[in-house]
Amino acid sequence: MTLRVDDLKVYYTTLAGDVRALDGVTFEIADGEIMGLAGESGCGKTTLGNSLIRLDGRMRHVGGSVELDGQVLPIGDSEAMDRHRFHDISVVPQYAMSALNPTRKIGRMSRELIESRGIRYASVKDVYEMRLGLVGLRESVLDLYPMELSGGMKQRVVMVLSTLLDPSLLIADEITSALDVSTQKAVAESLVGLRDHAFVKSMLVITHDLSILHEVADTILIMYAGHLAEKAPADVIIDRPRHPYTKLLISSLPEVGVRFEDKRLAGIPGRPPSLLDPPAGCRFRARCPLADEQCLEQPPFVDVGEGHQLACWKVS
Amino acid sequence: MHAPAVPEVSLPRRRIGRVREFLYFARRDRKIFVSLLIISSLAVVALVGPFLRDYGPNEYVGPGMQAPSSEYWFGTTTFGQDVFVQFVHGLGATFFVGIVGGGLAAVIGMTVGFVAGYRGGLIDEVLNMLTNVVLVIPTLMVLIVVVAYVNARGLLVEAIFIGFTAWPWAARAIRAQTMSLRSRDFVDLARLTGVGTRRIISGEIAPNMSSYLMLTFILLFGNAVLIAATLDFIGLGPTEGISLGLMMNNAVLWSALQLGMWWWFIPPGLGIVLIVGSLYVMNVGLDQIFNPRLRKL
Amino acid sequence: MRRYFARKFLFYAVTFVVAVSIDWLIPRLAPGDPVRSMVSRMSLQPGDAENMMGYFMGAFGLDQPAPQQYLNFWVALLHGDLGISVWLFPQPVTQVIMGALPYTLALLIPSVLLAFWAGNKFGAYAARRKWLDGAVLPVGYILTATPYMWLAILLAWLLGTVFQVFPIAAGYGFNLAPAPTLQFAGSLVWHWFLPFLSLFLVGFGGWAIGMRNLIIYELDADYSRYLGSLGAPGKLVRKYAYRNALLPQLTGLALSLGVIVAGALVTEVVFSYPGLGWYSYQAIVNQDYFLLQGIFLFVIIGVLVANFIIDIAYVIVDPRVRLGMEAS
Repeated sequence: MTLRVDDLKVYYTTLAGDVRALDGVTFEIADGEIMGLAGESGCGKTTLGNSLIRLDGRMRHVGGSVELDGQVLPIGDSEAMDRHRFHDISVVPQYAMSALNPTRKIGRMSRELIESRGIRYASVKDVYEMRLGLVGLRESVLDLYPMELSGGMKQRVVMVLSTLLDPSLLIADEITSALDVSTQKAVAESLVGLRDHAFVKSMLVITHDLSILHEVADTILIMYAGHLAEKAPADVIIDRPRHPYTKLLISSLPEVGVRFEDKRLAGIPGRPPSLLDPPAGCRFRARCPLADEQCLEQPPFVDVGEGHQLACWKVS
Repeated sequence: MHAPAVPEVSLPRRRIGRVREFLYFARRDRKIFVSLLIISSLAVVALVGPFLRDYGPNEYVGPGMQAPSSEYWFGTTTFGQDVFVQFVHGLGATFFVGIVGGGLAAVIGMTVGFVAGYRGGLIDEVLNMLTNVVLVIPTLMVLIVVVAYVNARGLLVEAIFIGFTAWPWAARAIRAQTMSLRSRDFVDLARLTGVGTRRIISGEIAPNMSSYLMLTFILLFGNAVLIAATLDFIGLGPTEGISLGLMMNNAVLWSALQLGMWWWFIPPGLGIVLIVGSLYVMNVGLDQIFNPRLRKL
Repeated sequence: MRRYFARKFLFYAVTFVVAVSIDWLIPRLAPGDPVRSMVSRMSLQPGDAENMMGYFMGAFGLDQPAPQQYLNFWVALLHGDLGISVWLFPQPVTQVIMGALPYTLALLIPSVLLAFWAGNKFGAYAARRKWLDGAVLPVGYILTATPYMWLAILLAWLLGTVFQVFPIAAGYGFNLAPAPTLQFAGSLVWHWFLPFLSLFLVGFGGWAIGMRNLIIYELDADYSRYLGSLGAPGKLVRKYAYRNALLPQLTGLALSLGVIVAGALVTEVVFSYPGLGWYSYQAIVNQDYFLLQGIFLFVIIGVLVANFIIDIAYVIVDPRVRLGMEAS
């Protein structure tokens, strides 16, 4: 089992109190599995991705544990985490297009980064160039400055660089959000290629775009307001979701080429609850068509079938 | 631009209004509190001080070269002028030049900056050239030559001179901000509904930059005070009256250094340092409030 | 690339022409008759006064039509003729300037370079250590808020009068004559030190504060976060942040040259240090407008040249500017 997350709680400290962005999350990622993590803005998926590799600024590790390849990850201790970063766990961040130092040639920056982690650049240079080739970049790109590359090219460089040391787990955070559709497809394919070539053991792909996950992920995890809603194999989530939130989410997606004369595209009415002072019980209660007093108690995230888990009183 | 690190959450139930939020930080922030205290105290001294004695700053009222005493709080000059009275009058002159000179520079800088930033194109190029020329020329030298030829000089004239030469960096900064705001949606909306340029600048852009403009004015104020002190020090200040820079000029001229008459040159310099320093520190504090990312919790 | 430099050169040329024109224009715009008032202040015998008037009219070329005067001015300028000093008659202005220049350069160049280097390094260091930052910040702001001449006065008083460590007047001992001896050199340095220290301290405060703020900003940039996410040691992140923060500081250096020169000017006055600043002051006091105008032009040229040099350095140091030009 590559990743084991147990009741993880990460809060943000703000002036008005603690924002409970991640409020008790438990799941596992198997070896070789690509897990997609989806949900609305503010559901906590980026917080989850960030907390696994680097707690930023106001984030605090409040409870729960994370295990990578059987070892506990000291996510609350940044210095101790350094040992694992890049080697065991790595990230392609949301801001990949501005993640490269603008005043350094890419090759030079890569070399300095790798050497600073105690690895001789000469020993990985060939692999680096080869993998750049795999994503369609010429090795001459290493002689360029970041501003000489397009957004998509920079992203691919970051993808290759981040996975250069063959980490066990790669976190890909909204890496297709800023791209056009055709580039999205290319990037999605590269992502899967990373796993298929065994450069990366397992992946956590974070996005709000379910269609990408349909292409890329083996399993999909749906989050809502800091809690997990449903987890199932990708096609099950897309075709046969059971959690009310997931169902509404899927049905609110337009289908290409399909026009209905008598139906309107339905969103999900209402807004997610405040995570500063979250409501008791199931957090989807206020917007859920199935909710009643039973939902005032927090539903547990339980198994309901092969590899299928969800948190809902009404459906499990 | 990357997404903010803090997730977008819906508004907390405990709504904290903008003004209250500002006041909360203002009170908690020692920097702003202390600097405001210092500046207002000095302003009070400048306003009230001249009435504490019924003679003017340049009158000869007592024995010269006296150290501070209960009668002459800051001692006397070589000629027997009351240093304290000079100081409080000088403070007033300093505040005047700072506000008028800084204010004028702010107005010019804003006009140039807004127009250049919003209109762009040829107007921008021309204004840029103008800004750069004034920026690069060491304006103190120009002021020296100008002021040297104009014989009758008052405080207002000095303030105006300073105002006309201290604006370039403000214009540049405001231009950059305006350009980034120009491409925002609410400006496009205003433009689409046919609102004229001047209304857009004053109604849409400026209010969104109000905190930035305030910070800019504070810096210009401090800058004007420093420039005026330098001008006064080399004898190019107002031909009448007294100012803090002039006090220092006189002190050096009449060997206060060699004679150890510290009470003559320390207060004026200290006054300037307190005013300008407080302004700068207040600027930093306010910046932290207006720019939430800089806040320390 | 060439277009960029050509454009910059054009800009500086335009600025120079504007500055020279202002310089030429001002005495002619001043109310009253500057020549007459100049001569009357010299308190000469009536006959001599008339001769002096005649000389000045000729010297200013005021007997010729304005456009011709303007042209004459430029011609003389390009020949390196800045006129004759009134106060130090009959020395040519150029000669006076050349005599004062080494002193001013000896003051400016080391203090600017050292303050820039040390201030930036210190500011970056302070940004990391919380306790140092708490102490450094107010001191830095106080230093930048200190008018140059007041710091000079304080240093002169404390170290000169009170503790009597350093001399506070002139460029070298009154009892010495310029000679290539160790004693003279020592006296030069001794007299140079306080004005140098004064300029250095004010500059240091400014650069330190600026760099501290810039470093904090750079450490929060995307590339810094990315390196941190990949476990890069703080040293590497700080190295990148420092190098990137130096760029706006370099721009700031170019912009503050005018202020730095003004600061040197008043500092020299405090110490009666015989550089361009002190001579400007004497020129003002003695109403020697030729000398004043000559120094003004000289300083302007110096500042423009320095700006141009910094522009070149900036292009070399920041790859984005180079690439931006090549792209267009």
